[in-house]
This record gives sequence, C-alpha cells and structure tokens, in this order.
Amino acid sequence: MKTKKQGLIIGFILLALLFVGLYILENTLSSSTMLLTILKKGVIYALIAVSMNLLNGFTGLFSLGQAGFMLIGAYTYAILTIPVGMRSMIYQYYDGGIVQFAMPALVGILCAGLLAAFFAFLVGLPVLRLKSDYLAIATLGFAEIIRAIIQYEGLGPLTNGSNLLRRFPTFQSVLYPFAAAAICIGVIVLLINSTYGRAFKAIRDDEVAAEAMGINLFFHKQLSFVMSSFFAGIGGALLAMYQGSIQAATFKSTMTYEILLIVVIGGMGSVTGSVIASFLFVASSEWWLRFLDNEMFIGSFHMPLLRSGFRMVVFSVIIMAVVLFYRRGIMGDKEFSPTRIRNRLLNRKAGRNA
Amino acid sequence: MPDKMLELDDITMQFGGVVAVNNLSMFIDEGEIVALIGPNGAGKTTAFNCVTGVYKPTNGQVKYQGQVIVSNHPAGKMKALYAGENRDKYPQVVDPTPDKITRMGIGRTFQNIRLFKTQTVFENVLIATHLHRTSNPLSAAFRINWREERRMRELSLEMLDFVGLAAMKDELATSLPYGKQRRLEIARALATKPKLLLLDEPAAGMNPQETADLGRFIVEIKERFGLTIFLIEHHMDLVMDISERIYVIDFGKLIAHGEPHEIQDNPDVITAYLGVEDI
Repeated sequence: MKTKKQGLIIGFILLALLFVGLYILENTLSSSTMLLTILKKGVIYALIAVSMNLLNGFTGLFSLGQAGFMLIGAYTYAILTIPVGMRSMIYQYYDGGIVQFAMPALVGILCAGLLAAFFAFLVGLPVLRLKSDYLAIATLGFAEIIRAIIQYEGLGPLTNGSNLLRRFPTFQSVLYPFAAAAICIGVIVLLINSTYGRAFKAIRDDEVAAEAMGINLFFHKQLSFVMSSFFAGIGGALLAMYQGSIQAATFKSTMTYEILLIVVIGGMGSVTGSVIASFLFVASSEWWLRFLDNEMFIGSFHMPLLRSGFRMVVFSVIIMAVVLFYRRGIMGDKEFSPTRIRNRLLNRKAGRNA
Repeated sequence: MPDKMLELDDITMQFGGVVAVNNLSMFIDEGEIVALIGPNGAGKTTAFNCVTGVYKPTNGQVKYQGQVIVSNHPAGKMKALYAGENRDKYPQVVDPTPDKITRMGIGRTFQNIRLFKTQTVFENVLIATHLHRTSNPLSAAFRINWREERRMRELSLEMLDFVGLAAMKDELATSLPYGKQRRLEIARALATKPKLLLLDEPAAGMNPQETADLGRFIVEIKERFGLTIFLIEHHMDLVMDISERIYVIDFGKLIAHGEPHEIQDNPDVITAYLGVEDI
C-alpha cells in the first residue's frame, strides 16, 4: 500500500514536470516547429489508442469501429461549435444549415463523447453478442456506414454533406490537448483498476469462468464498449480541433488500423505502452522518416531508392521488426512506472551482488 | 425433515439426436454432500451445466430452494427429435444466464481448471467478489466505494488464508502447482458466497494422498460455511468417504441411487463400471 501511494505521488510530480516542460518548450520554440505539432497529434492519438486498448486489450473484444466513433465525435463537436456568423459561409450549399446556435468548445467536446457513447450503446445491443472476428467485421461495417451516412446529401443541412467543416474553435497551446488527454486517460486507468476493470480482465481471460463468477457478460461488454467509444468520441473532437477542418472522407478504416497498430505495438493491455507507441508512431510516420521521401545527394553521389513514398516502405519494415522482436508489444501487458524501474534496477544490483 | 436445496425433475439434454442426459431426477437436501458418479461420457458434466445455466436443457426443470430456476420443454426442431418422456409437463420456459444462477447462491468449479490466466492468485479470488458489489462504474472508478473495495479485499484474503494460499497471493495463478490451482478454484467459488457448491471432479489428476487431503478439505468447507455440496467424481475412495448419498448415471440415465454402501454392492453399478461378465 505504501509503495502504491509513493508511486502515485511520483506519478503526479512527473505529470506536473511534464506540463512545466511543455510550457517552457512552447514559449521558447517558434509555434510552427514540427516537435510541437507531433506532440499535439501524438497525445490525441494516445487518448484514442488507450480508449481502444480498454476494449481490445483489457476486455478482449476485437472491435474495429474506432474511426466511426471518432467521426461521430469530430462531427458533433464541429456542428455544435461553429460560430453562428460563419455558418452561412460554410454551409453555402445548404442555406447556412439547420443548426443555428453555437456552444462553448468544452461543452462541444463533452457532447461529442456522449453522442459517440450513445451510438455505441445502440450498436452494442446487437453486435456485442458476436465474438472475435465476427465482432471485428460488424464494427468495421458500422464505421463505414456512419461515414456514408454523414456524407449523404440529404443530411447536408446538418453535416454539410461531403464538404469540409471548418472555422470551429481550435486550440493553440500544446497544453490543451495534453490536459484533456491526461484527464481522460486518468479516468480510463481508474476504471481499469476498479472492480469493474477486474471484471473486464476476467472476461478477457475466460468468458465461461467469468460468467460462473457471477459477472454479467453482456452488461460488462456493453459498459466497456460505451466507455471506449465515449473517449474515442472525445479523441475525435480533439483531432478535429488539431486539424482545424474535417471531412468525413478522411475517417477511413485506415485510421482504425493506425490506432490498432499503435495498440498492438504498445502492447495489448498496457496503457503506458499505448501512450509511448502513439508518440513513436506519430513522430516516425510524420517527422523522423520524412527525409526518405526526398531525393538526396551526398557530395555528388545520388542516394538510390529515396523518392516520394519510400518513407512508408521503411516504416513498414520497422514495424515488422518491432513485431518480430517484441511479440507482445513494447510493454506486453505491463505498465511503465517509476517504482517498477527502481525495483528492476534494485533486482539487477542484487543479482550482481549475489 | 430438512429442506430440499436442489431438485432436478426429468432433466433431459439432447444435442440433435444424441441424448446426453435422459430423464434425470434427483434432489439434494440442505447440508448434504451428494455425489454424482458414472463412467466417462455418462453425462455428469452435462447435468451440471444444465443446473448452472451453461446449457438450456431440452426438457425438465431445476428447482433451487423450492423455486424454479431452470425450466424448458422441447421446442422448435427438438419437437420432432425429442426422445425423452414427459414432453408437455413443463410448459414454462426459464432460461437464466450462468451469472444469474451464481448470484442466486450456486457456486461452481470446473473439471478442466479455468482460472484467469493473466491474473494473480489474489486477483482471481477478488474478481469473484464483484457480484456482490453495490457500486456503479462511476463510483467504483472514483473510489467512492473504497469501503466496499476494502471489504472485497478482506474477504478474498480470508478465503485464500482458509485454503492455505495466502503466502502465494501475488504469484500468477497459472504458476501454481496443479493441486493448488484446484484449491484456488474452490476459494474463488467460495468468494461468491454460495449456499450450494458444485464441484466438477475436484480430485482429477491427484494422487491418493492428495485425494484424501481434498476429502477432508471438502468436509471442512462444508462445516465452516454451512454449505450443501454436490460433486462429480471418479475417485471412488473419495466419493465413498465423504458423500452421504450417491447417484449413478450411465449413458445419461439414472441407474442407481442410495447410500455409499448400497451403491458399492449394486450389480447395475458394477456392470456399468466394469462391463458385463462373459459367461
């Protein structure tokens, strides 16, 4: 118990240091630096990856609907928060649209989560009776349906059809998405460590035994699904804020696969693994490997292979290597914590002395 | 006369044309230890699964403390296939999921151990206390239920202490030796606070010494928690030792019923176990 409390305090101190560090970083670097962009996108992906991990890694439900719930979140946020004065310009083909009010950004984010959760509840009623691959196919189908519906012309006055939504409030400071994600991930971690989280893990390990222990399978699966989608919806809203404009066509199943990749590489059932993998994924796909897309000369030597698109080849090879060497992801199902590292170092020292 | 804890009336379980359990009727009084025995494939575990809600019987009903908890009659395509008797006797359909049955107070263990593999010994037991929670997901996440959480942990520790696994509470459940995994399964079932405990071959894979220990242990938990115990077993020594009454089934049918000494000399039972003597 004592070490747990110590760990908690150290965690809070590290979190505070992180925020101070970010604040200093933001005020010293110019705002267009790649690092800040990567940090913003990385932390939003981290939140979405953790929400997916809650479902796939902790409850053992293989769902591929994440992009659909992000889409619902992003659109809910955008539709509710675009300033009234801008609407006639954005909804130019639909006479300014039918929504003629604007909410504060925070209320919009919350509504984004709630609506995504509501849809998850409805979808979960039939779909959660399915298992493994079948569940994956059904949720993937749902995500595609949502995208098609939002692009539907008839809903134009509400969703602006397949046109862009923009001019909704966004964030400037990198602290904003970090604070939002920290709160959300904190709640997910609390849930996972509660008695309900233990029930989730029991379902993942053995459904038959879990049911024999009095755990209502459907209720707990539904709970996990709704919670996961709630946070995916919030993640979608944050992503909309980060991008500044959204279009349903960009929320393809590829986006779900990206998140799934992060979850698998980070480790199914590891929150910190998902967070670390998100930053690594975003940084290497958007930044570190960029140079591979440009032709390069070393002296007069023309580097072979380097051309537009080569980045993705290298990226895929790296991912294959990671999966080969870390079969269960970077973290497995363990968590990264200061106490763990200290214990490990102490053990190693003890081992050497022995 | 003691109250009846569990009653099975005409339970029939048919998988297509295969009749796994055929018109099985039996009862268990409160505070008894009753065994269900029979050769491999006789339908013992199937009968168990009909009681615990894993299977929905084709026909018949199960009563727990006088209340009908499972009931069904042949319907759909089983109407034509049904081979048993009393097909119209149970018009009511009661088909609860296993978690509801557990919540009513029927705990169980499994023949092929089913522990939560990625969890520690302690967590395995802790999960079983979840069903008596009063918290909702929010109050649990924000630890408004900390008193309840503490009680859950205390109860789990108490159970582990009782089965003698408290010293290994932080080890991974699957790293325990076989016999201890069985004890852990029992501890986990006890943590659901059952009144009736169903043990599916608790002594499977144990040597005579371990089996004898287990027999004493079963009697001990019965006394300590005021349980009624219904067990399936192959080890005759154990069954004869601890059970007050025995039911014998073969090919799904009840072939004998009585006290241990009656069963021991029953020619039908000997035939079922050893085969017919060639003359």
